[in-house]
Amino acid sequence: MSTSPDSLTHHPEPGAGQIRKGLTLSSLNWLGVAPFFLFALLFLILPTATLMIGAFQDADGHFTLGNIARLFDDSILSAYWISFEVSAASALGGTLIGLALALAAIQGGLPQWIRPTLMTFSGVASNFAGIPLSFAFLSTLGRMGLVTVLLRNYADFDLYGSGFSILSFLGLTLTYLYFQIPLMVLIVTPAIDGLRAEWREACESLGGNSVAYWWHIALPILWPSIMGSALLLFANAFGAVATAYALTGSSLNIVPILLYAQIRGDVLHDQNLGYALALGMIVVTGLSNAGYIWLRSRAERGRE
Amino acid sequence: MAYLTINNLHKRFDDHVVVHDFNMSIEQGEFVTFLGPSGCGKTTVLRMIAGFETPTSGRICVGGEDITQQAAQKRGIGMVFQSYALFPNMNVTQNIGFGLKMRKCPADDIKRKVAEVIKLVELTGKENHYPHELSGGQRQRVALARALVVEPRILLLDEPLSALDARIRKNLREQIRDIQRRLGLTTIFVTHDQEEALTMSDRIFVMNQGRVEQEGRAEIVYTEPATEFVARFMGNYNLLGAADTNRLLGLNISGHLAIRPESIHVLDGHSQQDGTLAGTIRQHQLLGNIIRYQIESAGITLQVDRLNRTASDLMPAGTEVRLQISRDDMREVR
Repeated sequence: MSTSPDSLTHHPEPGAGQIRKGLTLSSLNWLGVAPFFLFALLFLILPTATLMIGAFQDADGHFTLGNIARLFDDSILSAYWISFEVSAASALGGTLIGLALALAAIQGGLPQWIRPTLMTFSGVASNFAGIPLSFAFLSTLGRMGLVTVLLRNYADFDLYGSGFSILSFLGLTLTYLYFQIPLMVLIVTPAIDGLRAEWREACESLGGNSVAYWWHIALPILWPSIMGSALLLFANAFGAVATAYALTGSSLNIVPILLYAQIRGDVLHDQNLGYALALGMIVVTGLSNAGYIWLRSRAERGRE
Repeated sequence: MAYLTINNLHKRFDDHVVVHDFNMSIEQGEFVTFLGPSGCGKTTVLRMIAGFETPTSGRICVGGEDITQQAAQKRGIGMVFQSYALFPNMNVTQNIGFGLKMRKCPADDIKRKVAEVIKLVELTGKENHYPHELSGGQRQRVALARALVVEPRILLLDEPLSALDARIRKNLREQIRDIQRRLGLTTIFVTHDQEEALTMSDRIFVMNQGRVEQEGRAEIVYTEPATEFVARFMGNYNLLGAADTNRLLGLNISGHLAIRPESIHVLDGHSQQDGTLAGTIRQHQLLGNIIRYQIESAGITLQVDRLNRTASDLMPAGTEVRLQISRDDMREVR
């Protein structure tokens, strides 16, 4: 191959035409992502800004800290506490059951078809919420639900007589678990996939058994992912409104239902208190999500 | 009596036979290499010795003890993996001390032994670093230290250098060999790199399709390939079929004739020396200390290596030359 000295040293400057072409391409790329930014602006940033401002205004639009102060009323604190309990219980249950399911499907030596089946189901079930989910649970575990009736007729067991109610704390937690468990499966699966077979083998060749592997290696590696996922599940439950409202109406006093009552225009109508309640929810879910992102980055950093 | 003996080892995955009737014996303190292309079964044999795979049939004995069915954690065999396999949640000290902790060594002993081995692999000052804070070469030295500190009966190295760049690879292979000699450790090294195998090993097992093609001392395997596969794999041998051999050299053979590129001498085109062949240089490649020529003779292209001593050594394409090949440098292979 021959190369002339010119071809080695000559670097032509980009012409005006090339610059224009570059700018046009760049503009087209921005145009491609414009719908996303527009959507985020209209349905996320503007509403959030509106409610943040509204939380510090009275009905006449004057600045006040009264709405924030009212968040510390007993009834509202109680609503936050119940929301916290339901979210924490469903996050804990979802984390433990989802982790066990994912571990069994990925590392349990089960038939190969189990994993894709579980993933497909989880993809669907994690998005199955709101009125359809509430209806499904009412028709199975409601007072006249299929399972309740079957238990009464064939197992001589009165579910509601035992204290259970689908409209209670336990009922709502159970219903939330329906989407929390599959969400956990979906989130934690990549972390479990990241457990390398060589770590187990290295542990074995160094004299460690299976317990030692899980205790000293696998669980510490998975820990940030598990904790992060639990926080995400908590935020997911804390923000859920449609399922709770459709299932319990106003019988369970949780924050999203209280918030809904303030903005829908009935006798409790107080839009600015609603904004303050929403701000409180944003703070709680925001902190949970921030914790999730931090833990996830920690989990990824260790695997470089 | 040999320290490690493997008899009639056989491994099948479903219908695919990966290792056929593998036999070997290694003396204590020997450095042996399994050399072969990807998928030839070398890593599978290593994994069966480590206890990570169960043989379909055959027997593995260490020091007279049959370990074929023994669990990996009870074998006392150390392993260094290609991908290091360091525990990312532990720092250098914790990684190295893990094996001793599993053996329930007292904390003071762990501390002392870990410090010794850290010094041995030249990682002083990195004790508190986590794997992601180390370079590839440092990670592999931690992996080596982790395997060495438990004083294994046999050390297995599964392509430990292949993920490293050339300079670090060269340094580390010298370091591994030096440590192995100092500790007198029986070692099996797996690689697909013939240069690595030749520079490090006491003995080489060249493997192909689950079988041992040739076994012997490094210099013998290189200079006296037993089969066409070994000749092709070990170097840039010129391999001539029976017809080409007859046309070029007037010799009648049944298999292939293997001639190493550096054993063909290039003489001036006007040389009148008997037994030389006329040739024309078609191409050349500069490989640093070597110039590799493609020389055509009797319609056959031969690869010839010459030392690159001075710039005037380079002969351009089209140069007429005479080629001299000693009968001793021709090897008939199966």
